[in-house]
Amino acid sequence: MSARALINVPRKARRGDVIEIKTLISHIMETGFRHGTMGELIPRDIITSLSCKYNGEEIFATQLYPAIAANPFVTFHTVATESGTLAFHWIGDNGFEATEEAKIVVE
Amino acid sequence: MHPPHGIAIGAVVAVLGMPLALAEIPLDQRRSGYDQLSPASKAMQDDDTSNPATLTVLDGEALWGRKAGEANKSCADCHGDAATSMRGVSARYPAFSPAKARPIDIEQRVNLCRTEQQKVAPLAHESRDLLALTAFIGKQSRGMPIAVTNDEKTRPFIEAGQRSYGMRQGQLNLSCQNCHDDHWGQKLAGVPLVQGHPNGYPLYRLEWQSVGSLQRRLRNCLIGMRAEPYAYGADEYVDLELFLMWRARGMTVETPAVRP
Repeated sequence: MSARALINVPRKARRGDVIEIKTLISHIMETGFRHGTMGELIPRDIITSLSCKYNGEEIFATQLYPAIAANPFVTFHTVATESGTLAFHWIGDNGFEATEEAKIVVE
Repeated sequence: MHPPHGIAIGAVVAVLGMPLALAEIPLDQRRSGYDQLSPASKAMQDDDTSNPATLTVLDGEALWGRKAGEANKSCADCHGDAATSMRGVSARYPAFSPAKARPIDIEQRVNLCRTEQQKVAPLAHESRDLLALTAFIGKQSRGMPIAVTNDEKTRPFIEAGQRSYGMRQGQLNLSCQNCHDDHWGQKLAGVPLVQGHPNGYPLYRLEWQSVGSLQRRLRNCLIGMRAEPYAYGADEYVDLELFLMWRARGMTVETPAVRP
């Protein structure tokens, strides 16, 4: 199964409001430091970055590291400026890529 | 001057005798593990979009509608909308199965449906798909009271579960009761000891970084006691699950819960 992502963005906001954006994505976040039952190193498999674009303009970006737990939950804030789309983009090891969108109405 | 020996011995007997004699928790003093969660973990469980188990529930929802097996049937083909057909089902499992002549848990029930109705291989315990289906089915009972059946058919199995709950075992010579009835609310290795009610399974355990079943949790406790865990799906586990559900009767289902 491909990655599942959950986005929690208020559907409506007043112009100028500070809004909280919560993102959750399914991923094992294998650190690359663990060994399997036969002693072999389990290769690293993590999400390395998340970015968010608000109507095409990047408003948030972060890098993720091996110490971050499975199913990374990232929240951040922004100012509601105009109605439109928030586009999320996760990139990870082994060509991992996931995108998700959320709509917001600003009045 | 010597202390009066009789009084000293009497006091020692009273102290040693007490913890062994402690009985089960009165019904009105039972507490969900939720009550002992940190505020951050509570917030995680309270909001579905921050509860990582929601991802598993969504996987289960997709599987519910997917056709499988020789019969080419999905769960939904027989059971329809899970929101109505599965409401309250997890709350009354493990339940007696006439075919097996003993109680079966929800995992075994799903696999029985797969082999009998869908004509497809059963899912392995703790596999992603089985957890997804049981979490999805369990979620339909969220907020409902636990209501397993205690009648002449299930009673012998509840009693068997109760016996293993009270039985000291493992290198540490502990019973479930020693921690979960006698010392709940205290700490074990810095972690709050809970009463051990199965009202949130399958649940997301932060230590596991994944969703797990009640049997995985029981296995964890047995290993902690340095006892030999049973194989997944063993009758002993199902009896214990049934007893634990009976012990938690009337408590609210929180599936899928979050626990440390």
